Amino acid sequence: MWQWFFKLSSPKWFYTISGQLMPWLATLTTLLLGVGLVWGLAFTPPDYQMGENYRIAYIHVPSAAIAMGCYYMMACMAAAFLIWRIKMADMIAKACAPVGMTFTALALFTGSVWGIPTWGTWWIWDARLTSTLIMLFLFIGVMALRSAYDSEAAGAKATAVLTLVGVVNVPIITYSVKWWNTLHQGASSLSLSNTAANPPQIWVPAFFVGFGLLGFYLIAIILRTRNEILMRERRTEWVDEILSASKSKGQGLS
Amino acid sequence: MTAPRKQRMAIVGFIVAGSAVAIGLVLFALSEGINVFYTPTEVAQGAVPTGQNFRIGGMVKTGSLRTGELEGTLVEFLTTDCAIDIPVSFTGVLPDLFREGQGVVADGYIDSNGVFQASQILAKHDENYMSAESVAAMEASGATCDP
Repeated sequence: MWQWFFKLSSPKWFYTISGQLMPWLATLTTLLLGVGLVWGLAFTPPDYQMGENYRIAYIHVPSAAIAMGCYYMMACMAAAFLIWRIKMADMIAKACAPVGMTFTALALFTGSVWGIPTWGTWWIWDARLTSTLIMLFLFIGVMALRSAYDSEAAGAKATAVLTLVGVVNVPIITYSVKWWNTLHQGASSLSLSNTAANPPQIWVPAFFVGFGLLGFYLIAIILRTRNEILMRERRTEWVDEILSASKSKGQGLS
Repeated sequence: MTAPRKQRMAIVGFIVAGSAVAIGLVLFALSEGINVFYTPTEVAQGAVPTGQNFRIGGMVKTGSLRTGELEGTLVEFLTTDCAIDIPVSFTGVLPDLFREGQGVVADGYIDSNGVFQASQILAKHDENYMSAESVAAMEASGATCDP
């Protein structure tokens, strides 16, 4: 396990393995998203109160969960970079910020669209919504801080510290609906029975979409990390070989 | 593990723990203000100074709703947390999800008659998603007051 971990910290190894993994990941993602979206949007029964509009939850809930997972991942990478000085960890952390920002924005946007017909407002400063907005600003702040440095190394270090300071916000998002009175509903407890609240016929398609979006998230992270590897390792021999090979074939990188 | 790595690990731990403690203290100090609404019980215990604008949250008591004939006219109902009921009066358009037995958050103030004069009504949805069949099955087993 440790050997695998240290192998992963080699940019060349990461580049090769992720290139081989990509077609499988892309196929799996397309299948999961296709099945989940069609099932969730067209075949699950409407909610007894909200009718059809609750279906936005099939996008809203997974994107919020992935955005939070993305922050945890970025924080782990920041810690790995600070402690073991693994450059790969910093490259992945750099890839996380814009993707996490996008998923957070998607969660906030779909939540607002859902809030208008159900709550009667698109925004309220309750603990869940506010802490999620803070996460959006953290992702943006992390990107801004990194780009403010001319030196790659100094920017990476400062960004890692900011990322770690902000990580406490993520459990606050999770528990906000328990600790305080909020307009946002609490976490749903999933049931195995079709004659209870939150039956499998409603949540199973959500898991398909969730894992599909997770696949999409991983693809986005891997593509960005691969670009970052090529940029930073452009003076090395192995990158030179890849570039000249793809030039002679007249194709994109593989 | 080498000494500098151990030291850096301690620094990382300190950053995370330190910011968690700092933010935890701030949230603890602000906890009253973070709640988006007061429950009827809190209002009855005098948590809110009279005449002040605030939000009240609870369930619309079943059987208490009286609406005007036209949409946007006077609406009156009792908001409850199963212990205390507070009357709410509102003139305006209600959200689609507003109904008896469901969560509600109202923005306004308590007048001299003890009636909450709402200027905005928001519907609070619970975390239960159900199809019509499941509801029929659950209603057969009897509903409870559970805000």
